[in-house]
Amino acid sequence: MASKRHFTVRILTRRAWLARLFVIAALFALWEIAARWFVDPLFLSPPSQVVASLDKVFSTRGVPAALQLTLFELAVAFVLAVAIGLVLGLAIGLQPLVRRSFFPIVLLLYGMPQVTILPLFILFFGIGAASKIAFGVTHGVFPVIVTVVAGVQNLKPILLTGARSMGASRWQIFRHVVFPHMVPSFFAGMRLGMSGVLLGVLLAELYVSIAGIGYFTTLFTQNFDPTKLLGLIGALAAMAIVLNAVVRRAEAHFAQWRTE
Amino acid sequence: MAGDAAARRDRGALASRLIQAGFLVGLVVVWYLAATRWGVNRLLLPNPVAVYDNLLDILRSGEFIDDLETTLGELAIAFAISVAGGLTLGYLISRSAYWIKVFEPLFAAIYSIPIILFLPLFVLFFGLGPASKIALGASISFFPIVINTIAGFGHVDPLFVTAARSMGASDYHLFRHVLLPAASPVILTGLRMGFTTALLSIIGSETLASLAGLGHRIVHLAEAMEMARMFAYVVFVIAIAVTLNAVVSALEARGKRN
Repeated sequence: MASKRHFTVRILTRRAWLARLFVIAALFALWEIAARWFVDPLFLSPPSQVVASLDKVFSTRGVPAALQLTLFELAVAFVLAVAIGLVLGLAIGLQPLVRRSFFPIVLLLYGMPQVTILPLFILFFGIGAASKIAFGVTHGVFPVIVTVVAGVQNLKPILLTGARSMGASRWQIFRHVVFPHMVPSFFAGMRLGMSGVLLGVLLAELYVSIAGIGYFTTLFTQNFDPTKLLGLIGALAAMAIVLNAVVRRAEAHFAQWRTE
Repeated sequence: MAGDAAARRDRGALASRLIQAGFLVGLVVVWYLAATRWGVNRLLLPNPVAVYDNLLDILRSGEFIDDLETTLGELAIAFAISVAGGLTLGYLISRSAYWIKVFEPLFAAIYSIPIILFLPLFVLFFGLGPASKIALGASISFFPIVINTIAGFGHVDPLFVTAARSMGASDYHLFRHVLLPAASPVILTGLRMGFTTALLSIIGSETLASLAGLGHRIVHLAEAMEMARMFAYVVFVIAIAVTLNAVVSALEARGKRN
């Protein structure tokens, strides 16, 4: 017995991920126990029931379409945020005078609680997808601008001078000197931009929604249906984790050339 | 030569200040013209003069006090909870390299989920009152604090610890004179991030679902189509948020110097 216990302890100490799984399992067990015996089922349902009725969530009329719509909003907002952020970041970062003038303004705007103007976005863009996309863009664009500016700033002037003296065109300088240099920070910016876009789109969805997931979270909350609510939130959290992981992978992949 | 360079730098700084001022003035002028001359709907863009009048009225009448108290009260409780929980748990986990390996990736993974997703759940549990905002604010700001506390205490150079021990430092002395000074810059950054996110998530959750507070006031005015007053409140809230964040950043910088 004693040696067996010793063996278990040794495996756990060597494999941190196993212990991590154990912690997660313990949390789920705690949740299961709490939901089964201690909390009113109107407010919390056990994870076993949530998982078992996941298919019921997805077969609820409109939920697949809502998830699709939210994913679409996230994708459009992310592409726009990165494109706009890249253009503005380059415009601000490449000229010292422009950078000194406008970078503080960008940082100031970045630090503002944008959620205070969420009602304005609804007034301007309506309660459909446009307002979610717009709110996602304004959340995601600032980290992209900031990191692009930082990335361009790290560029050694001698490289620019060298390329120019060898007769490189503007496009060639951008393609072969500026771009490779800002790739690592650009992907870091894309990762931060992704969390910004997620935050913005979900905030706008939760504020008011007629067809997106915000509509269904409100519906399930008002119906006191925690099983479906937890299932939907779980699906969205999984989506967020996957999107973040994709961007993180891309970042790790494209930052490689420096270390090679 | 040096004087020339300095003069040029001063001129550059002056030029960028002028551009900044010009940009902001231009923004207000465009806003004014759009609202008065170009016929942008008053419901979308109120006259900046009306916004200014409303702001003065809000400040003079003191009608903001109740909402401000609600929001700041929620913020204080949420931040206190996340600081107490984050520092304690972070310190305990940081005492063992093994626990760090177990918990750090876990917290980092949860941190990457937009926790605002769980607001409907918190509302279901705690109702529309302050409790759901406190719960959300505390659980969002817990993560930067605990992650930075682990990073701060967990990565103190072992050489320092061994040296202090061999010179006969007690547990308390080790903590007070070695661990704390080495960890505090990282922890202070975590506390600042935690504060900023707590503030943001509390105003955000008030905007989404609540009965009182500054975020609720803004939504209420927007729904009543009182745009000038709503803009005035937006300006007011942004000013408060920027001030609070500046104060916290200053405290962070001061704490790091000591």
